[in-house]
Amino acid sequence: MSMQVFVPADSTARSLGADAVAAALAEAAPQLDLRRTGSRGLYWLEPLVELETDAGRIGFGPLDARRAQALFADGAPGAEHPDCLGLVEELPALRAQERLTMARVGIIEPLSLAQYEAQGGFAGLRRAQSMDGEAIVAAVTESGLRGRGGAAFPTGLKWRTVLEAEGPQKYIVCNADEGDSGTFADRMVMESDPFLLLEGMRIAGLAVGADRGYIYCRAEYPQAIATLGEAIRLAAAAGHLDGFHLEVREGAGAYICGEETSLLESLEGKRGTVRYRPPLPAVAGLFGKPTVVNNVISLATAPAILAQGAERHRSLGVGRSLGTLTVQLAGNVRRGGLFEVPFGMPLRQLLEDLGGGTASGRPIKAVQAGGPLGAYVPPQHFDTPLDYESFQAIGAMLGHGGLVVFDDRADLGALARYAFEFCAEESCGKCTPCRVGAVRGVEVVERIRRGERADDNRVLLKDLCRTMIDGSLCGLGGMAPLPVLSVMEHFAEEL
Amino acid sequence: MSLYYRVGAETDLGTPAPYPGAAAIGLTIDGVPVSVPEGTSLLRAAALAGVGVPKLCASEDLAAFGSCRLCLVEIEGRKGYPASCTTLAEAGMKVCTQSPRLAELRRNVMELYISDHPLDCLTCAANGDCELQDMAGAVGLREVRYGYEGANHLDKPKDESAPYFAFDPSKCILCSRCVRACEEQQGTYALTIGGRGFASEVVASQNEPFAESECVSCGACVKACPTATLIEKSVAQQGQPERSVITTCAYCGVGCSFRAELQGDKLVRMTPDRNGKANHGHACVKGRFAFGYATHKDRVTAPMVRERIDQPWRKVGWDEAIDTAAKRLRSIQERHGRKAIGGVTSSRCTNEEVYVVQKFVRAALGNNNVDTCARVCHSPTGYGLKTALGESAGTQNFDSVMQADVIMVIGANPTEAHPVFASMMKRRLRQGAQLIVVDPRAIQLVDAPHVRAEHHLQLRPGTNVAVINALAHTVIDEGLEDSAFIGARCEAESYQTWRVFIGEPRNSPEALQEATGVPAAQLRAAARLYAKAGNAAIYYGLGVTEHSQGSSMVLGIANLAMATGNLGRPGVGVNPLRGQNNVQGACDMGSFPHEFTGYRHLSDAAVRAQFEADWGVALDPLPGYRIPNMFDAAIAGEFKGLYVQGEDFAQSDPDTQHIYAALSAMECVIVQDLFLNETAKFAHVFLPGCSFLEKDGTFTNAERRISPVRKVMAPLAGLDEWEITCRLATAMGYPMRYGHPSEIMDEIARLTPNFRGLSYAKLDRLGSVQWPCNEAAPEGTTLMHVDAFVRGKGRFAPTPYVPTDERCTARHPLLLTTGRVLSQYNVGAQTRRTEAVAYHAEDLLEIHPADAEVRGIVDGGWVGVKSRAGETVLRAKVTDLVQPGVLYTTFHYPESGANVITTDNSDWATNCPEYKVSAVQAYPVSKPSEWQEMFRRFTERQEQLAAPVSRGGWAAAEAGSDAKAEAAAAES
Repeated sequence: MSMQVFVPADSTARSLGADAVAAALAEAAPQLDLRRTGSRGLYWLEPLVELETDAGRIGFGPLDARRAQALFADGAPGAEHPDCLGLVEELPALRAQERLTMARVGIIEPLSLAQYEAQGGFAGLRRAQSMDGEAIVAAVTESGLRGRGGAAFPTGLKWRTVLEAEGPQKYIVCNADEGDSGTFADRMVMESDPFLLLEGMRIAGLAVGADRGYIYCRAEYPQAIATLGEAIRLAAAAGHLDGFHLEVREGAGAYICGEETSLLESLEGKRGTVRYRPPLPAVAGLFGKPTVVNNVISLATAPAILAQGAERHRSLGVGRSLGTLTVQLAGNVRRGGLFEVPFGMPLRQLLEDLGGGTASGRPIKAVQAGGPLGAYVPPQHFDTPLDYESFQAIGAMLGHGGLVVFDDRADLGALARYAFEFCAEESCGKCTPCRVGAVRGVEVVERIRRGERADDNRVLLKDLCRTMIDGSLCGLGGMAPLPVLSVMEHFAEEL
Repeated sequence: MSLYYRVGAETDLGTPAPYPGAAAIGLTIDGVPVSVPEGTSLLRAAALAGVGVPKLCASEDLAAFGSCRLCLVEIEGRKGYPASCTTLAEAGMKVCTQSPRLAELRRNVMELYISDHPLDCLTCAANGDCELQDMAGAVGLREVRYGYEGANHLDKPKDESAPYFAFDPSKCILCSRCVRACEEQQGTYALTIGGRGFASEVVASQNEPFAESECVSCGACVKACPTATLIEKSVAQQGQPERSVITTCAYCGVGCSFRAELQGDKLVRMTPDRNGKANHGHACVKGRFAFGYATHKDRVTAPMVRERIDQPWRKVGWDEAIDTAAKRLRSIQERHGRKAIGGVTSSRCTNEEVYVVQKFVRAALGNNNVDTCARVCHSPTGYGLKTALGESAGTQNFDSVMQADVIMVIGANPTEAHPVFASMMKRRLRQGAQLIVVDPRAIQLVDAPHVRAEHHLQLRPGTNVAVINALAHTVIDEGLEDSAFIGARCEAESYQTWRVFIGEPRNSPEALQEATGVPAAQLRAAARLYAKAGNAAIYYGLGVTEHSQGSSMVLGIANLAMATGNLGRPGVGVNPLRGQNNVQGACDMGSFPHEFTGYRHLSDAAVRAQFEADWGVALDPLPGYRIPNMFDAAIAGEFKGLYVQGEDFAQSDPDTQHIYAALSAMECVIVQDLFLNETAKFAHVFLPGCSFLEKDGTFTNAERRISPVRKVMAPLAGLDEWEITCRLATAMGYPMRYGHPSEIMDEIARLTPNFRGLSYAKLDRLGSVQWPCNEAAPEGTTLMHVDAFVRGKGRFAPTPYVPTDERCTARHPLLLTTGRVLSQYNVGAQTRRTEAVAYHAEDLLEIHPADAEVRGIVDGGWVGVKSRAGETVLRAKVTDLVQPGVLYTTFHYPESGANVITTDNSDWATNCPEYKVSAVQAYPVSKPSEWQEMFRRFTERQEQLAAPVSRGGWAAAEAGSDAKAEAAAAES
């Protein structure tokens, strides 16, 4: 039997040259059993080639085609090879993690049902199939899982609402419109472990009594869309979906369609604009029917909860933030990538120990947490634990777990302007505070930065921010002022 | 406290009322206890309690939307500032609508609005009627700190392409009320929001000018617009109205209620009345905008007479006109007998006007030669429904359709001919009701936005009865009948007879599929859908009645509805869609030669005695002539004089050549109308009538709803129409005197059991009333036949299918059928004198591409159409809306000569003409037909003869002066 070699094939690894590495390996060492897996998410090491040994997989990276070509020049490389990272599982960046949701990501070939099952896949579904909806919902409730899309709404409560809603037709909708800057956890699941998402949706269907599911995926993720489509075909053919109808629907490039009611409108074939709530989607969602709308990570966590028990999930995390957070570290950072850690890890540990500080080597000036609508967290708050409540207490939010790092050269006034610009670009235009307010926000920030009646305009800017926060129809207009206010509060000299 | 609503306008409670029957819940708003039905929004609850919460995107006519963010409130125990329009009241809620923070928020939101809005209030068309202006005042906006140099939309160009309204996007506040009105109220989906964010904009269709878009100019968007973005051109030109009068539309049988908004007696605009029970605040392009004809220069404003029709008209005073008419009529009776003259009532006139005309004929002329134009449209409805159910009227109210599960539309084109009801029907279809369309042509309902017919039974023209028999056969054959209903509600004997008949193999879908052209499987599927619906409702139009078997078809429809138990409750029924505003009323008023008011036969001595006593005159017990009999008798020299109220036979009745001959043969034709119409070209006396704006009276719509028509301006010719008739009767020696139309209604009520409880006072109080209105139903009757049929047990009648004589032959291989378009109304006498010509400038001949190709006919080319009756020429529209072998045209323009083609075939029971099927040939031509040449010459000649009295509309021989002064001069 020839030696197994693993080269990641997720979008990030490929953008870093993984395809060329794989091609070089195939050419130089045709005797190898070359497998394309997902990525571990340690992007500073990509392309990361892993070699199966008796002791486990050992890693080499980051490689390029030339070095890959030379890797097997003297037979199978060992620990002495200059690119060798040792046993991958023993890498500090992985040892520091608690891979509950991302357990198989980077290890298996994404579309191999056999590998998925061999690594514990469908255990949760099998468990769920032996339970009634009520029991499944109870388990998810007991686990303490909260929505990982950003709103952190208790998933069990949402499922219970749908379970208890009347009606013969209910839906499971997966929000895979991952649009926050610096986030990629959803994409990793979809590209690297797609059956996990399918399993999670099937479990949700069993829990609430839904027989149809839709994955609304942003168009910018063509590989995820293709992978999911194939995964659905394979899973259905193998009987794993058991009559549960699943399809992938492609977005059309609107950030607002990550907002669940806009997503539903878009899914219905309409213009992506926000619906007012209530009624909640759980009561009147897709086509007016009770609908579970969950983020990819929330759904992908359900199988582990069912398979390992709610208690296991509860045992991780702190306070009301239970389980793990899939942190996506990006921006000006030395070791960017995905870190799945239990809630409660101090921000500083993540930035410094795992992230290794800035890529530029300069001091960190701020971290934007929770996407483009998140606050800029200054260094004085870096000891804040990564949990929903602690972040809320400092006027910030964890959101979908994206952290974007800026060094001391960042122009935070410009970034505040950008917050409004982003909102203006992505506003659906339905409500006035967001539609007009975002544009006026850009103008007022510019006036302040030009020094035009700066004090009056600062008053106006704060007024505008509060009007948008209190008056907007949805979170886009309601949160776009948060980064601006954080800049005004923590970096007053810049705005 | 002010509710922030424009003075004199409808109050708008902000969101629609919840479904009736909701339980009451209690809450407090600003400390005041309020009780509202469950499902009421906080905004509405506040408005009901007299608390005005600022709002812009909310309207009572539209589902809550939540975009303007002005109606934010605080609720005790809840975070944030929820919008009161989208938040439903809950028991025990404590709501605060006014607080410093709310005031600040609203002012700041308004500041954002105004930072992108022109500051031209004083010169704005909406000045005085602008909700944005009102709200800026309400929230106390005093400055716009953003300045006006920022990004804005002030340079966006105006779109003035639509005939009746203008679109100025620079004033748009993106409340989406127009878009939502187009979707929710009208159901056309012509408008949308294009772009997103700050670039969001209202666009018509694919960003086209309104005139080129799918917009049907119903005006819902214009009414919904809170600013001057969408505004009537009449308001932009004339300014704001200062008073309004509630009245009823004079176009189709839907009978929409309108506010006529005026400056003095000058009409500025017509706005649909939210309290109108037929239209609920909606309208169509005709009722909303096409009122210009009422003051068109073609209006005749003085009486005219002439000896012969080749003489010029002579303008005279009313006394001379009435005397001349009376003398000539009396002279005819002296020479040719009492029965040599008659009268015809109009479905466009009020009940009171119709009543006095039939009374004039029966009492003053002493015969029963009275008929009405319903003869040529819905007479089979009257006959068929009376026979089967016991009453000559539709069974439901319009709102009933909102409870139908399956809707079957037969031979009707509601989106064109009954647009406001069509919008309601489409709303129900969008809610999930299923649709069966029975029509030779693919009408819009077959495939409309968010509406698609489950079955389109695209039958060959003339095979209605075969289709209804096949449907009923399937019901019996497959055991889908409602035996309990039949047993309890219908005659056992007639049912058994019918059951045997309908079960015969000749009535099976399989046997009839060849004749109808509808596959048997589709007929069976449609029958199952209808029979198993739960609530199935039938709506039909002239495609049912205007056939040689029109009455059989009405009976067949009644049979099917009875057999499946689809009568006597909401959501079901047999519903004729009446073509004209007062077809129902004209029939109710005793216009037919054999009936008194309320469909009571002349031969009923007791009824006759009652009328004789009231009218003080002996009445002839024998029925008089029907309209076609009058014409035949005229040609035979036995019928010499006719008093015609608002009816235009020369254009509207079949076989034009025959009509011309009959009219030419008469000694005295008296036409009472707004215009010198086609019939008036054959007239000897012309009595100028009144537009609906000049009348007090009532119209009765297709749901038996009697609605008030109110005078908003004085009659242009100085005399009310009922008064003209009364004067004529008096001059004939039978004095008829009333002080006001209400007295006529009192007489109708006195003499008619179904109207016994009716009075103008009651109409003023209730708004409108559906008859029967009497001791048993003092506030009227929404649904008929609820516990039992009016006749007792429902009667089934066998309806053997008999093919029409109008069948395809080698000489006439095609079948021509006819219909209407939205923008025009019937013979077009009114709408052709409005901007409607911009929508529909000529009648076109629709022909299937296959038929066109073999004949060398091209789209837009001239086509000769020839039947055994005559020949005309129209321009071709090559389209697959029609099936191969079938042609279709409209009949809105006299020069089209649609009725030159139609023949003398008619319904076996009622003589309703067979307009809907004519066997014809079609061929390319290069010049108008001989008839059209004749028509042109005749029209030119008649225009010359009218020139001396014209106000400038015809030959412009005389400059138009003030109509009323002229009328007064003529009077003196």
